[in-house]
Amino acid sequence: MSQSMSETVQLFVTCIIDAVFPQVGRDVVEELERNGAEVEFPADQTCCGQPAYNAGHHTESTEVLLHNLEVLDRTSGTIVIPSGSCADFLIHHGPRLASGDPETAVMAERVAARIREFTSYVTEQRERASVEGTEAHDQPPTRRAFYHPSCHALRGLGLRREGESLLDSVTGVERVEIEGAEECCGFGGLFAVEMPEVSTGIMNTKLDRLEEAGVEMLVGADAACLIHLEGGLRRRENPMQVVHIASAITAGREDRR
Amino acid sequence: MSQPVTFRRRAVSEMGTPKPAAVGRAARRFMGKRQWAVDDFTPMEETRDRARMIRLHTLANLHRYLDQFADSVERNGGQVLWAADAAEANLLIAEVVGRKEGSLVIKSKSMVTEELDLNAHLQGEGHTVVETDLGEFIVQLAEDHPSHIIAPVMHLTRQDIGELFHKRLGIPYTDDPEQLNAVARRHLRRFFLSADVGISGVNTGIAETGSIVTVTNEGNGWLTTAAPRTHIAVMGMERLVPTFEDAATIVEVLARSATGQRLSVYTNVVSGPRRPGDPDGPDEFLVVIVDNGRSRVLSTDASEILACIRCGACLNVCPVFREVGGHAYGQVYSGPVGSVLAPGLAEFTEAADLPFASSLCGACREVCPVRIDIPKLLVHQRVRATRENDPFRWLGPGLALYGQAAKRPRVWKSLLAAGRMVGRLKGRDEWFHRLPFHAKGWTQSRDFPAPARESFRQWWKENRSGT
Repeated sequence: MSQSMSETVQLFVTCIIDAVFPQVGRDVVEELERNGAEVEFPADQTCCGQPAYNAGHHTESTEVLLHNLEVLDRTSGTIVIPSGSCADFLIHHGPRLASGDPETAVMAERVAARIREFTSYVTEQRERASVEGTEAHDQPPTRRAFYHPSCHALRGLGLRREGESLLDSVTGVERVEIEGAEECCGFGGLFAVEMPEVSTGIMNTKLDRLEEAGVEMLVGADAACLIHLEGGLRRRENPMQVVHIASAITAGREDRR
Repeated sequence: MSQPVTFRRRAVSEMGTPKPAAVGRAARRFMGKRQWAVDDFTPMEETRDRARMIRLHTLANLHRYLDQFADSVERNGGQVLWAADAAEANLLIAEVVGRKEGSLVIKSKSMVTEELDLNAHLQGEGHTVVETDLGEFIVQLAEDHPSHIIAPVMHLTRQDIGELFHKRLGIPYTDDPEQLNAVARRHLRRFFLSADVGISGVNTGIAETGSIVTVTNEGNGWLTTAAPRTHIAVMGMERLVPTFEDAATIVEVLARSATGQRLSVYTNVVSGPRRPGDPDGPDEFLVVIVDNGRSRVLSTDASEILACIRCGACLNVCPVFREVGGHAYGQVYSGPVGSVLAPGLAEFTEAADLPFASSLCGACREVCPVRIDIPKLLVHQRVRATRENDPFRWLGPGLALYGQAAKRPRVWKSLLAAGRMVGRLKGRDEWFHRLPFHAKGWTQSRDFPAPARESFRQWWKENRSGT
């Protein structure tokens, strides 16, 4: 790959990956760099502001949002976010929340226009550089994997195929379908603690279907949905492996070495 | 908890019954049919756009179209009655029905009369009210409430209905839908022939022609509006379109979205009382236009919900509705549309927790025939709830702390550091099995991950930052 392909990418890592799953963040960096990007991490970023937005606390949400928009606006290049939900929030709700003041409104639009969700960006990177995402599968697939197309990536950003193709490119994985693949997993942010029984009911529908389909590996691009589903699987003592797509890609590569 | 979270409590109690299983099955079946009907119709997307434009245009000019509609109805020989609220509507309707003592009233399906609790009111005045829509007939027999806008007994299985007919109509038990249908038809026929008044809802009123359109799959709607001497149509004040052609557009997306049909079996257009030479029809035609909170909704930032054409697709596709069924909402309108509309129509505080009964997954927005951004409106209603009657007041301090910390990188970093301490103290097992206070809602059914011992930003600082 020639260095002329190199592009500076700002990583907005999301609060959950930062605090709970730092390895996913490292895998994101590894994949972006492997495809030729130069990754920077704006150190003053915090959280996009969505939790307070969904809870109806828009004063708090807007303040948090504006801080992060300012941090990102001081940088240049594409902003990559390894979460469809946070990306959807900054792209679609950010400009609306920031519209109170003409200057911040323009800034919000400017930042939003630079944002790309991780699977969508990597897919484009690979296409652009003609990276052989799909290495020859020299061994038969060993594990049945399902790609959970989280709601905000799916319905907010129109992404699903991107993550699925990335998963298809991972050696040793057979991607399977489940019934109601596009139905919500029941997480919904604070919904999961405000209405825990309903959230659990929806989750159990999803987990039943994963079990029925004999899924051994659950892959997604939104760490929040994955926490919820893995938390539920642990209670069922189901050993299904739950991984972020970035980790599935990098782990798949290590397997081959 | 300082406030009873009533949706949650009702949902838990409903989830303990067999109802949600029936609802989940039926709702998924409806969605399958809808998908067929959408794929079947090439210009579906353009038609949805047109339907949306028609509805938004009507709402933006509602008073003009209401005036035009009233003039047209009167020109056709009908009469228009205006009701500001449920009490007034009941009074107006009872006055007409009460011209004869002990009237027999037959009804075809109408959600707005559910808002009014009209049946109870008329029965209280000594009249007999018979629901003739099969679903509503079952609801009435069971002394229940409809659980879905278009499928009132979605929460019942045919075995439940068989039991009910056996007990209340004294027939031998059967759960064969054909037989049950025949029993209901036989039972209802005599009422059609002898009723004094027919009361119907209105799917769409047409301002230009003064007509009302009802859409049904049973002949009952047509009989109710044509057989009795008096026909009273009860209409929510927002249910108008400007022209006949507009009504056709609405009916097109309505049938496909609601029941997955190209067209409902009966699309009935009533334009006034019987005219000389007409083979049938009522001598008297009245339209009761009901506000009952709609003007209030129209003045809020959730007003777009009034563009709804009541197809029920957002209920059918909603993961929450499928899990709990319509009764958990405790309001006439359930599901996503109800969660926006109900707190607007009622005193807001009565249903302030309904907007939170959603994971904001966006499936409703995707299927809405008039493309209402329901998740956005749910969030609008949440904002209002936090200001007027926050059902999750306990979240306030936490969100305030979050708000303060997440706009100050230094404070945020020390919060993260505190989190890492917890992670280290947690030791080898990286998941919590029990969390305290309100977070225990999470650990009822799910483990929760402990913060990592080294955050991403720490790793970056130590390994990657250029300094």
